[in-house]
Amino acid sequence: MFEQIIALLEQNEMFTPDTIAEYWDGTVLTIQLTFLSVILGFFLAVPLAILRISDKRWLSRTIWLFTYVFRGTPLLIQLYIIYYGVSMIDGIQDSAIWFLLEDAFYPCLFAFVLNTAAYSTEIIRGALITTDKGEIEAAQAYGMSYGLILRRVILPSAFRRALPAYSNEVIFMLHATSIASVVTLVDITGAGYNVYSRFYAPFEAFTFAAGIYLCLCFSIFAVFRKLEKRAFRHLTKMPEHTLVTPSPVVS
Amino acid sequence: MLDLQGYGPGIFNGALITIQLAVYALVIAVVLGLITAVAKHSGGKLANLFATAYTSLVRGVPDLVLMMLIFFGLQVGLNDLSEWLYELHETYAINEFYIAQGWDSLSAFYDDGLYISIDEFAAGVITIGFIFGAYMAETFRGALLSVDAGQIEAATAYGMPESKIFRRIMFPLMMRFALPGIGNNWLVLVKTTALVSVIGLSDMVKLAKDAATQTFEPFLFFIPVALVYLAITTVSEIALKYLEIRYNRGVEGHSHV
Repeated sequence: MFEQIIALLEQNEMFTPDTIAEYWDGTVLTIQLTFLSVILGFFLAVPLAILRISDKRWLSRTIWLFTYVFRGTPLLIQLYIIYYGVSMIDGIQDSAIWFLLEDAFYPCLFAFVLNTAAYSTEIIRGALITTDKGEIEAAQAYGMSYGLILRRVILPSAFRRALPAYSNEVIFMLHATSIASVVTLVDITGAGYNVYSRFYAPFEAFTFAAGIYLCLCFSIFAVFRKLEKRAFRHLTKMPEHTLVTPSPVVS
Repeated sequence: MLDLQGYGPGIFNGALITIQLAVYALVIAVVLGLITAVAKHSGGKLANLFATAYTSLVRGVPDLVLMMLIFFGLQVGLNDLSEWLYELHETYAINEFYIAQGWDSLSAFYDDGLYISIDEFAAGVITIGFIFGAYMAETFRGALLSVDAGQIEAATAYGMPESKIFRRIMFPLMMRFALPGIGNNWLVLVKTTALVSVIGLSDMVKLAKDAATQTFEPFLFFIPVALVYLAITTVSEIALKYLEIRYNRGVEGHSHV
């Protein structure tokens, strides 16, 4: 089978091993960007969401402003501001962190993390405020502190409820990383563009890129399906033979 | 005061282009979305297959990739078309036919090299409309499913043909359920229009980027543009709230919000 694939690759002029390798490198970069921004964005979003539902109005409003601005403007603009803006800060080019910023990767990642953090904050906030009051009261009756209630009661059930919306956000992030190609990074889209300009064959080049994105998209979807199944296993119906005589319904 | 160094009017025009682009694209998206949703809801097997392929493929691929695929693809497609027309013209002596009919000679036109170029604005509108048609279709499909079946049955009992049922019963009832989704899609659509700058349309993002890279003042140009987007979002949200109240007039609990 391997030989057949090689034979097939040798027959066409466009999808040579070099081209495939370019797409492969692009895929690796896309996965890196998506994974890192989602993970970092999530760890930023959880505390922000907790602060967002705080009773202190100024705190809640400040977080709201952050999410409002980042959700209300295009990611491309945010990326431009960070990518072009960072190099304009006085003295940054001589500073120790310049080697990090010289590459487009870190400004890109920074923009993506802030963007996904803003969206995730609102998703998690939505899940936090729909927590059943009775659960919190029960926890308080046990004498738990707010921190403990948050950790043991509110957050676990909120994560569960946030999962479906959050899976959308992750897929959105995968798609958003394609913007990295605008600032010279060669991700899947960038690879597609390079192949297009080399062979002047837009259909083939971009359809191939689209195919890779579709595969990644379905993989993310499958992972979240599994996670959701795990998270909601207490709600799934038990197999019938394990059921004991049904108890009368108390209404 | 804000000194945009002479780029101000250009960027303002760019903002108008952005808004026009978004509105035209929305119209295309709503029409496409409605057709697709109806195809999914009550079309035949083949229509259903096409509709499902359309919505799931488009929603699985980044907007930028689709935009490049459609935009650059359209360009190459049109080049091939004009080449084909040129060959047709050479082979079948169409020019002689034209002259025999007493029409203007085509040769001058062809000899300059027939080149059909696509208007970037039209390409942007078509592409964004096409992409968001898929998202709209999902919104409308969900809304169609939420329409009370009894209403449709009642209309059928009155002997209304299907087109009339859709126009008079389903569509008005569906809009109430579809509105939040349409609003959401609109907000995403407005932000997506920023991507057309990448394929060369002179919207406000492209103009701001050109100005910023020439003057080395990124904050000066990008922040006003970001504020324009924020303003569009804010105005849209207020308008949507108003519309939602209107469409929910007939429903208990929403009437005097």
